[in-house]
Amino acid sequence: MRITEHPILKFEKGPLVEFEHDGRKLKGHEGESIAAALHAAGVRVLRHSIKLDRPRGFFCAIGRCSSCLMTVDGVPNVMTCVTALSAGMRIETQTGKGIIPDVHFPTPPTDPDYPRDLGNVPLAIVGAGPAGLSAAIAAGQLGVRSVVIDENPVPGGQLIKQTHMFFGSKEHHARVRGIDIGAILVKEIEDLPVDCLTGTTVLGLYPGRMLALLRNGRLHRLTADSVILATGASENMLAFPNSDLPGVYGAGAVQTLMNVDGVAPGKRVLMIGAGNIGLIVSYQLLQAGVEVAAVVEGLPEFGGYHVHAAKIRRAGVPIMTSHTVLRALGTDRVEGAVISKIDGDWRPIEGTEVELDVDTICLAVGLTPNCELASQFGCDEAYVAELGGRVAIHDASLETTVPGVHIAGDASGIEEASTAMLEGRLAGLSAAAKFLHDREMGELTRLRSEAEEGLRALRAGPFGKHARAGKRKMLALASARGGDS
Amino acid sequence: MSHRQDGILERRQLLPLVPSTERSACGPVAIIECVENIPCDPCVEACPKGAIRIEGDMNGTPSVDFDTCDGCGLCVSACPGLAIFVVDMSLDAGAATVSLPYEYTPLPSVGDTVVTLSREGKVLGEGTVKRVLQALALDRTPIVTLSVPADHAMDVRHFLAKDVTA
Repeated sequence: MRITEHPILKFEKGPLVEFEHDGRKLKGHEGESIAAALHAAGVRVLRHSIKLDRPRGFFCAIGRCSSCLMTVDGVPNVMTCVTALSAGMRIETQTGKGIIPDVHFPTPPTDPDYPRDLGNVPLAIVGAGPAGLSAAIAAGQLGVRSVVIDENPVPGGQLIKQTHMFFGSKEHHARVRGIDIGAILVKEIEDLPVDCLTGTTVLGLYPGRMLALLRNGRLHRLTADSVILATGASENMLAFPNSDLPGVYGAGAVQTLMNVDGVAPGKRVLMIGAGNIGLIVSYQLLQAGVEVAAVVEGLPEFGGYHVHAAKIRRAGVPIMTSHTVLRALGTDRVEGAVISKIDGDWRPIEGTEVELDVDTICLAVGLTPNCELASQFGCDEAYVAELGGRVAIHDASLETTVPGVHIAGDASGIEEASTAMLEGRLAGLSAAAKFLHDREMGELTRLRSEAEEGLRALRAGPFGKHARAGKRKMLALASARGGDS
Repeated sequence: MSHRQDGILERRQLLPLVPSTERSACGPVAIIECVENIPCDPCVEACPKGAIRIEGDMNGTPSVDFDTCDGCGLCVSACPGLAIFVVDMSLDAGAATVSLPYEYTPLPSVGDTVVTLSREGKVLGEGTVKRVLQALALDRTPIVTLSVPADHAMDVRHFLAKDVTA
């Protein structure tokens, strides 16, 4: 189900090519993800689980959850949600762990000029989303050279699928669509001393701030005087019977599928979660011509902005607070869902079950900061519920407990992209400090307080209360650590 | 039920957003259905007359000076929440127009009859498309002006294209 008409987006697709799926010839667009091409062709089951042989579709669509592993050209465990389709590919539904063949692996580099060592940079930034790009811009404007590394094929992070206008003020790109903000940030780094390494995964951080990189099947090393971790977040899962069925997708995955690949996730969707993401993605589904059966929210009140709720309400979508999903129906794909009212202790109220005729269940039940690299590098961490999970402890300048390693954006606590951009700026400025002359310090201080003031203003209202509480806890933890040493 | 449960503003919340009957009778005017303290202020900047104000920082709620607002509609597509509508009650007896942001395809054409919907998505009746504004400055948020019965003007907030397959 390709989206042919869209009010905001024009899908620029590669040429139509033929590929093979379990021996069947199918067609898809070169360059789109294998998972998207299969979805457009009506294929939802990508593999079967190892122990119970349950059907699996994709879930996150950004290369994190491993739900979409398939055998591609004989190589098992290929993440099809981030692997580009090319002509003649042989794609097979994977069962079990797969068998690793002798052939098919990238041959070790024989090129004597293979630049294994990429040398040293003043600043390495992991993640080219709103926080990472803003950090590179802030440091670059002060003349500090940086390398931004991202595993996705294009920079922009999750901005590349945000079709809605952003809130905030003019200086935060208010009323500009997220997709366009991404393009603005990418354009800004072009004129600055910033190198962007896309398609590159940071495998680990090692002593001496050495980053191990994987790029085009080859290993590289890069050392940096300062590191900023802007690694973003992962979508939360919700456990309910059949929640592993193909057709239960994360809200970000639904956005990727419809707003990046131009493929409708289904015909009729049940949205779980009425925070801003659930409400916004519901609206985007309507814009893509997909029906939204209902938005279900466990809390007695929804969490997102009323204006986002109003957009879908006037289009006839019910928002059902104090409701939850009891189970998904179907055998190898979602064919329906049962929802029910819940009481104050989140127990389903008997007799209130309603069966909905939906083919997709979209989960917008929060995000968890990606803390793997910080954790692996030995940054002290703490669980702060208001920030969405485990987060590297960081001070007001966003420096972690490992000197020279900063953190910004959703990786430092779940918020909006607007705050991620300002946090990125702040981290970029903080990391740049050690490369500047004394006479530049006045300007640096001015820029830092500007970013801090912006963050304060964005978090000042009632919707910023979790962020304020979380960051307060974080500062207390950081100063306690500082006191120890 | 509060607007944070069903997403629908209550009568008492709507009243301060709406101008007096006398003002409404004078010509088009902007109605901003934005009642929460969210960090956002593009509407203030969008108004060439300075008729929209937010007290304090950008987390305040906007208010319209109905005597200054001339209903030009420049704020409608500037609002990231798509919460601004322009209502004109100054027309011939019994008729009014509602201008609303419409980010869907296909866009209707002038003269089309559409099914008008309320804030709850309930069918109110029919309306006629009077104008469809699309410009680069509107950045993919076209503004559709509907002619509706005057007693629907404060309730029509969306519409459905009428099924033409019949």
